[in-house]
Amino acid sequence: MKLVSCALRKNASKLGESERCLSPGGDVENQQSEIPLLETRGLTKIFGSLRACDAIDLAIAPGEVHALLGENGAGKSTLVKMLFGVLDPSGGEILWKGKPVKIGSPGEARATGIGMVFQHFSLFEALTVAENIALALDGKVPIEKISDEARRLSLDYGLPLDPSAHVADLSVGERQRIEIVRALLQNPELIILDEPTSVLTPQEADKLFETLAKLKAEGRSVLYISHRLEEVQRICDRATVLRHGKVTGACDPRQETPSSLARMMVGGEVATVSGAGLGEPGEVLVEVQKLSAPARSPFAVTLKDVDLTVRAGEVIAIAGVAGNGQSELFDVLSGEVTVSDADSIRIAGVAAGRLGITARRLMGCSFVPEERHGHAAVPNMNLSSNLVLSRYASDRKTFLSGGWLGLINAGPVATATKRISSAMDVRKSLVDPMAGSLSGGNLQKFIVGRELDRQPRVLVVNQPTWGVDAGAASRIRQALIDLAKSGSAVIVISQDLDEVFEIASRVAVLNEGRLSRPEPVATMTRERIGLLMGGFHDGAGHPQPEALHAH
Amino acid sequence: MDMTQAIILTIITAATPLLLAAIGELVVERSGVLNLGVEGMMIMGAVAAFAIAQLTGSAGLGAIGGLVSGMLFSLLFGFLTLTLVANQVATGLALTILGLGLSGMIGESFIGLPGLKLAAIEIPLLSDIPFIGRVLFSQDPIFYTSIIAVFGVSWFLFKSRAGLRLRAIGDNHSSAHALGINVVRTRYLAVMFGGACAGLAGAHLSIVYTPQWVENMTAGRGWIALALVVFASWRPGRALIGAYLFGAVSIGQLFAQSRGIGIPSQLLSALPYLATIAVLVIISLNRRMTLINTPASLGKSFVPER
Amino acid sequence: MRIELQKRDGVSTLFAVLSPFVALGLTLIAGVILFVALGKDPVAALYSFFIEPLTEIWSLHELAIKAAPLILIAVGLSVCFRSNNWNIGAEGQFIIGAMAGSILPVVFHGWQSPLVLPLMIVFAMIGGAAYAAIPAFLKARLNTNEILTSLMLVYVAQLFLDWTVRGPWRNPEGFNFPETRNFHDYAVLPRIIETGKTHWGFGFALIAAIVLWFVMRRTLKGFEITVLGQSARAGRFAGFSDKKMVYFAFLLSGALAGLAGMAEVSGSIEQLRPVISPGYGFTAIIVAFLGRLNPLGIVAAGLVLALTYLGGEAAQISIGITDKVTRLFQGLLLFFVLGCDTLIHYRIRLVFGAAQKGSAA
Repeated sequence: MKLVSCALRKNASKLGESERCLSPGGDVENQQSEIPLLETRGLTKIFGSLRACDAIDLAIAPGEVHALLGENGAGKSTLVKMLFGVLDPSGGEILWKGKPVKIGSPGEARATGIGMVFQHFSLFEALTVAENIALALDGKVPIEKISDEARRLSLDYGLPLDPSAHVADLSVGERQRIEIVRALLQNPELIILDEPTSVLTPQEADKLFETLAKLKAEGRSVLYISHRLEEVQRICDRATVLRHGKVTGACDPRQETPSSLARMMVGGEVATVSGAGLGEPGEVLVEVQKLSAPARSPFAVTLKDVDLTVRAGEVIAIAGVAGNGQSELFDVLSGEVTVSDADSIRIAGVAAGRLGITARRLMGCSFVPEERHGHAAVPNMNLSSNLVLSRYASDRKTFLSGGWLGLINAGPVATATKRISSAMDVRKSLVDPMAGSLSGGNLQKFIVGRELDRQPRVLVVNQPTWGVDAGAASRIRQALIDLAKSGSAVIVISQDLDEVFEIASRVAVLNEGRLSRPEPVATMTRERIGLLMGGFHDGAGHPQPEALHAH
Repeated sequence: MDMTQAIILTIITAATPLLLAAIGELVVERSGVLNLGVEGMMIMGAVAAFAIAQLTGSAGLGAIGGLVSGMLFSLLFGFLTLTLVANQVATGLALTILGLGLSGMIGESFIGLPGLKLAAIEIPLLSDIPFIGRVLFSQDPIFYTSIIAVFGVSWFLFKSRAGLRLRAIGDNHSSAHALGINVVRTRYLAVMFGGACAGLAGAHLSIVYTPQWVENMTAGRGWIALALVVFASWRPGRALIGAYLFGAVSIGQLFAQSRGIGIPSQLLSALPYLATIAVLVIISLNRRMTLINTPASLGKSFVPER
Repeated sequence: MRIELQKRDGVSTLFAVLSPFVALGLTLIAGVILFVALGKDPVAALYSFFIEPLTEIWSLHELAIKAAPLILIAVGLSVCFRSNNWNIGAEGQFIIGAMAGSILPVVFHGWQSPLVLPLMIVFAMIGGAAYAAIPAFLKARLNTNEILTSLMLVYVAQLFLDWTVRGPWRNPEGFNFPETRNFHDYAVLPRIIETGKTHWGFGFALIAAIVLWFVMRRTLKGFEITVLGQSARAGRFAGFSDKKMVYFAFLLSGALAGLAGMAEVSGSIEQLRPVISPGYGFTAIIVAFLGRLNPLGIVAAGLVLALTYLGGEAAQISIGITDKVTRLFQGLLLFFVLGCDTLIHYRIRLVFGAAQKGSAA
């Protein structure tokens, strides 16, 4: 059966149209005979010259958890935005319970019976939980009533919430609860969740799955968008796979292997990243001791007593849920923010805590921040200017001339831009395009390549493959490992546990500004990381009093 | 009428246009739009109110004309920044420059003419209360409007659903759009409200405060109103306090000038401007409060994706 | 009908060049409508406004004299605006610069030496820069809104000049007129060519524009200015300091505005009066945007805006239109420029019929 389905699928992807692989069990067939709750036929969305969604056929049966699988940029978010009325389709139709409908706005989607939990939460930091919920409800229900209802519903589903709390004070997991409760309050028949676990600890994700099971038991349907195969296999009844805006398969994920799903998603084999060849760590290159940094804004995290030692030839991963001090740690490591105690950061033995980013670059360090647009790169500037951005000091001799005048040498800059683009396989239509016009993956390859090109002794990367397609991600990860192999120290701050296990020699976990002791990846388990991520600092399920107090 | 009453009355008169303009801009900024054209809308309101009062012989129609012209003028700003997503700071400056030019042209034939004054309305019973009645309840309609605006805007922002949506847009316009709130339309309405308030504030200058037309008669009051919004940390009640403090400063300096105490009149005239700077500095000393209160999408353009 | 914007993939070079011209064209059309509404012959009015001043040598010199302060101030402002520092108090810096530059010929008028003029230039630039340093300091140190503080300081500067000219600096032999002594010969900015009135202020403007054009185009400093203006965060990542940039931009534009003020009083007025500027500091904002924040574009834009000043005067004399029309034209022009700039980054689509069904806001 498996062979047949795969053969069919290959055929399908050639033709560019979808086809269902039947599973041996009767489950799927039964569901197919019913009228789908929601169906799309040939749904298409065109942005300028880009077909973000190209003739998408999708059918969601009542009471099923349906996965929408695809890489970053495959068109998943565009598709659900059309289903939720945020975007107007360019073509095709949407059927609700067999009848064509036009969903012109989120309000209409809600009235139809569709609820949505966004990936980048559509929450308002300055408002309270109750106000946030009220905004998504139509009609004139008083806020007090909404508060009561929200409190009751949140307890029913095991998602406790305080309606009077301000969103700015809540953790990422709590914010997601608001979104879910907000969707549930409208009693929807279909709930769409866009990458819900990307911001959760494994334990929080388990809780979410319980909630989803409860929703399913009540007869609601769930459209579950993800690029994580393992969880899709665990909780979803059926899956539709998208690639480059087209459906490349529809199947029962439990009948597939992760690699067969991955092939449908990526359209070919993705090179596996190999950490083999990482030798014995050498001299200490980065030594962080009792590093503390106060929060610089009301929304930032305070770093407390961070200790970390990184040696030449190793990759240290720093795991943790977003918003636990990752960007703050990156800023003090890079020198964008300096600390008062110079000795708390030593680079190759030199006290560097008070040195700025340029001085640290001149000591052989390189940095890749998380946000590509407006931090690592200026979107409205071309690639060669973006090369100058982080390299003008370290490569002063090549890139600048004229002494104090500081004339930028266009020739050498262009040559280096070309070299980096070909080394990292950056795909672009112009020789020197605006950074903002590249896809996330291509721009990230350029940004990482820009730093690797100078063979840094120390590289600090924050979320190296966030929002990057699988091919680019594996290339970037391999490049990081190769850099360590050549004798550099690499620090990778990452939320992606798969990535952490793939490339790290040692792992530490960041939680509320505190860093756990790094441990060899070989002895680390997902469960243990999850506990550390959740604030159990000994990683054994015993909460530290302080961590509990914070919530 | 004793001296104290007279002083309080003049302070109220000086504060009313500041308060009205600030309340209007406060709503605009709460929706995430920074309209620096308050001065321009105000002067347009002033010239329109004076002109219409002259032509119709009715100061009341003049006030309405001022309000409407401020609102229409703000639509220019709305079209550029909301529909064409032009830079809000630059467009606000353009609105001010255009308003000063246009009003100067319209008002040229009115220079030196005696103006009509908007009559005070005595509120029955209340105006008979000793002291207070004279000060608070025998005032011109624009004063009453400004006070109603403070309470109305307070209620609207913090009690009504529409006000909640407006604050949500100011906090995060992308999220608001994703929830189905019409960002651009709400902002248009806010900008128009701001324009109406600024227009009426200008009308107050030319038909209540000093019933005549003088070129550039707003004399930076629109800018002071902008500073008041920051001072008020986007809360209507605090804008009221701020406006009256400023009213007191400007009356105080006029009083000092008339007494001819040894200080040069220019220095006294500069006091309101220096006080504005001082107030802005004092407010920015509390960085945390400013960060928390500033609408997060203030001044950022929004292009809806459909 | 509604208007929809569609983000272009890149920047439209065509519209980047075209937009100021489209804006000028639209302003002229608005002018025609306006003149018709005023009951004037639009052709004659536009002729006397925009063409007549260009037909005579002496008025071309006037044009250069009026353009000089506009260009000087605007190139400084372009650095400010490009680095996202909103200095709108150039008018005040112009006044303080003019006053600082006048210290020697007014207070120490007995000292007549060839050194006076260079020192006046230095004083003026320091004065303008120092006055601009106030909002810069408040912004960099306390994060105080620089738009409001720099603007408030304009009023303060105007009142300070008024007081000084009527008070301590009033010409003791001037029959109580509110003006200072006339500058002595060593304090007057020389003409560029003997035959015309154009003084060295225009030369300074051209030099400043060319130098800043080169800085913006070729040097790391220009790169730094652009990067910090586009994204302060990316600028910090590059190792540039956004706080230092606040000072740099304000001090530079303040110094240039101060120089413009000195050139105006020393080259044209030859004394201080209670009012020395017809709003050059504000008009320069329009010049900066019309020149697309490019120093060479600003030279052209400065000449155009100077023309509106001359045209206003000419039209008042020849066809009896109020010179207030000048400010109106200037405001309209800025409006059209900002509107047309949208075309550089977006495609504009008109969508007819079938209004979208958005839920009520």
